[in-house]
Amino acid sequence: MTSLLNAQRPPVFCPGCSHERTVHALDQALGRLDRAGNQVAVVSDIGCSGLFDTFFDTHALHGLHGRALTYATGLKMACPELTVIVVMGDGGLGIGGAHVLSACRRNLDITLLVLNNFNYGMTGGQCSATTPAGATTSSGFLNRLEAPLDICTVAGAAGAPWVDRLVATDRQLSERLAGAIAFNGFALLDIRGVCPGRFSAHNRTSLRQIEADMHELPPADTIVAANQRPEYSAHYRQLAAAAPACLPPARIEMRRQHALPRRCRILLLGAAGQRINTAGEVLCLAAMSSGLHASQKNDYPITVMRGHSVSEVIVDCEPIGYTGIDKPDVVIALAAEGVARRRQIIGALSADDLVIRSEGLELPPSQARIIDVPAATLGIGPRDQALAALAILCSQGPAITREALQDGCKLRFGGSILDKALDVIDRCRS
Amino acid sequence: MKLPDLSTTITDGNLIPGNIMARCFIDGNEAISRAAVDAGCRFFAGYPITPATTIFHQMVKMLPPVGGICLQGEDEIASIGFCIGASMAGMKAMTATSGPGISLYSEQISFAIGGEIPLVIVDVQRLGPSTGSATKGADGDIQFLRWGNSGGLPVIVLAPVDAVDCYQLTGHAFNLAERFRCPVFIASNKEIGMTRESVELAKLQLPPIIDRTTCPVDQPFLPFQAPAGSDVPYFLPIGGQRLVRQTSSTHGADGYITGDTEQIGATIRRLAQKIDKYIDEFSFYEMDGEPHCATLVITYGVTARAARQAVAALRLSGHDISLLIVKTLFPVPVKILQETIRAADRIVLIEMNLGLYKTEIERLCSGREVIHHTRMDGELISPEEISAVLRP
Repeated sequence: MTSLLNAQRPPVFCPGCSHERTVHALDQALGRLDRAGNQVAVVSDIGCSGLFDTFFDTHALHGLHGRALTYATGLKMACPELTVIVVMGDGGLGIGGAHVLSACRRNLDITLLVLNNFNYGMTGGQCSATTPAGATTSSGFLNRLEAPLDICTVAGAAGAPWVDRLVATDRQLSERLAGAIAFNGFALLDIRGVCPGRFSAHNRTSLRQIEADMHELPPADTIVAANQRPEYSAHYRQLAAAAPACLPPARIEMRRQHALPRRCRILLLGAAGQRINTAGEVLCLAAMSSGLHASQKNDYPITVMRGHSVSEVIVDCEPIGYTGIDKPDVVIALAAEGVARRRQIIGALSADDLVIRSEGLELPPSQARIIDVPAATLGIGPRDQALAALAILCSQGPAITREALQDGCKLRFGGSILDKALDVIDRCRS
Repeated sequence: MKLPDLSTTITDGNLIPGNIMARCFIDGNEAISRAAVDAGCRFFAGYPITPATTIFHQMVKMLPPVGGICLQGEDEIASIGFCIGASMAGMKAMTATSGPGISLYSEQISFAIGGEIPLVIVDVQRLGPSTGSATKGADGDIQFLRWGNSGGLPVIVLAPVDAVDCYQLTGHAFNLAERFRCPVFIASNKEIGMTRESVELAKLQLPPIIDRTTCPVDQPFLPFQAPAGSDVPYFLPIGGQRLVRQTSSTHGADGYITGDTEQIGATIRRLAQKIDKYIDEFSFYEMDGEPHCATLVITYGVTARAARQAVAALRLSGHDISLLIVKTLFPVPVKILQETIRAADRIVLIEMNLGLYKTEIERLCSGREVIHHTRMDGELISPEEISAVLRP
């Protein structure tokens, strides 16, 4: 059995430290599995466990505290053939808790070794997420206030398909490590041990006591039957292979000449559900199919099904620079929610400006010419009023022609929705 | 609602013969995504955040069908960590977020700098501080991007003006990340990322693609040893034939922790030099008008769009005025800034923040006054507003 231990850099742990046993057990486990150094990446966390990668002649990635699983995830997704082993302490477990839970849920083929010695050894023996409440630590009485975490129970609940718990001196350690590494999925081992440098000095913690305490915990028996499922990377590739190709963005061909003499700024003010953003997009596509430049900005609250919906559209024969609309040429006002967002702008409209509004909608007084959308007369529902307003706009000036609006609809819609949209435009012809 | 395939043309009506022009209707976020994939990016990870989320949406549509990987991290720290892992495996990786996410990226950014890990990081800026306004734009992060790493080492920050820039600068961002083995930021803005506009995408070309330089097979490999005549170490992927060591700790050329202050100092100087020394090769800017002018307007980002309009209008009414749009914000493109500043009588700086680039400009003005206009309330700076500042 060949060893992957780094001959130039033997382990440098404190005398009696359980980590050293785990180094050798891991080496034996990799030997059992006949892994070559370049088939393995050791990803180590911060703290004494962070020294781990240096003791092996393998690929090595030593990163930030608690984040080892994040690099391992990217690495394993990029190199599915690579054996990826993450080593962290109980400190990394605590600070990187979200990553541990997510790794359990994800089930990527990574083996996580939690070198659990119940304290932050490297920084001077502070309490960690696994410190017993009765222990003496350099964190004063603080550990007495918190319950220690049993990561195996948590990992099992979070979906880990393989959890194992043992003391570092367990004769089976290398065999159990080999089993976890060979398992095709996420495997977590809670390897409990002593920290002679920081923890043992103040606590009468023997390995025998740790083992006895361990047996009080719920069992952690390697394979978690309820959590068996496809490995993430293989599953990802299976689903990705079936994903439809992503088309390039639609090229809007110029189909007609426009007669727009200068920039036209159109403000659409409505409420959720009125298809304001869609109408804005149809208008832009219509303009573009007439060879015009167009820009569109939408504004709506996070509650997308309630509240205002505002779309700012600019069409121009010249490229559009500034995309803001301080003074619109046309306002399409369909709901009080939208109007409330631009009250001042409406109030400042001049006699040259046009407002196309929903019948009966109250507006701030202004000089603008107002046309109502005769929705009831034409039998147009609330969801089609924005499109109807655009159809009315066609008869009111050079901003857009009816044919261009039809083009815009054909670019945006298909099937029965298109038929209905074209019908709405037709009804507004009169 | 299923959209029809828009790449096919409609066949009724009075068509204009020949395809005179065919523009696409895309926003800055889509332009960045399209460019990333065109530049060879095959790994993306992100966490949802307005106004950057649509980059994730686009990447999750684009990457899987081309054999790429797109992941949604449990948080921003995980998302950039995934990218670091994938980049170390040799993939071109990108992540995207907004200001709050950059905060969470910070420690990983420092790692990417110190570990010389190629990475493109998109910041679609929103109005801060803190949670701020998710759907309002600002350019408030630019110094945060520059200085948001522990150690204060230089980074590259590119600032697009519109969707066209988003496309092209993303291509450059990947090239710079690969060439210098470093994180490269794209400092976009909600007002660019989420504004759709007509773009002649087919006309745009990315720069020729650069890949990280790998270690020749017949040469010994040390992961952080820059070869003679270069400031950038050869790259080999983790998972490849030869063993690779990566570490966030202060390291020697061999990738092991070192306490040797001579080696440490030399590495730190090299990390700074490999970016700073080459700034003239990637000083992206747009100069509108002659350097010799009565008034030079300097701006960047989305504000440049209003500035172009203001400058054009004032020029028509006889003003001698030029516009410099800075697109490489960091390292500060000193040469081009100095040349233009020197030739102008009056310097005006317009920014969509509290004045984050002012010191950078002032230190190049030899004590001359910089007329400064800023706005940071979620509204775009308008051409009229700029004109009012510019009119003598």
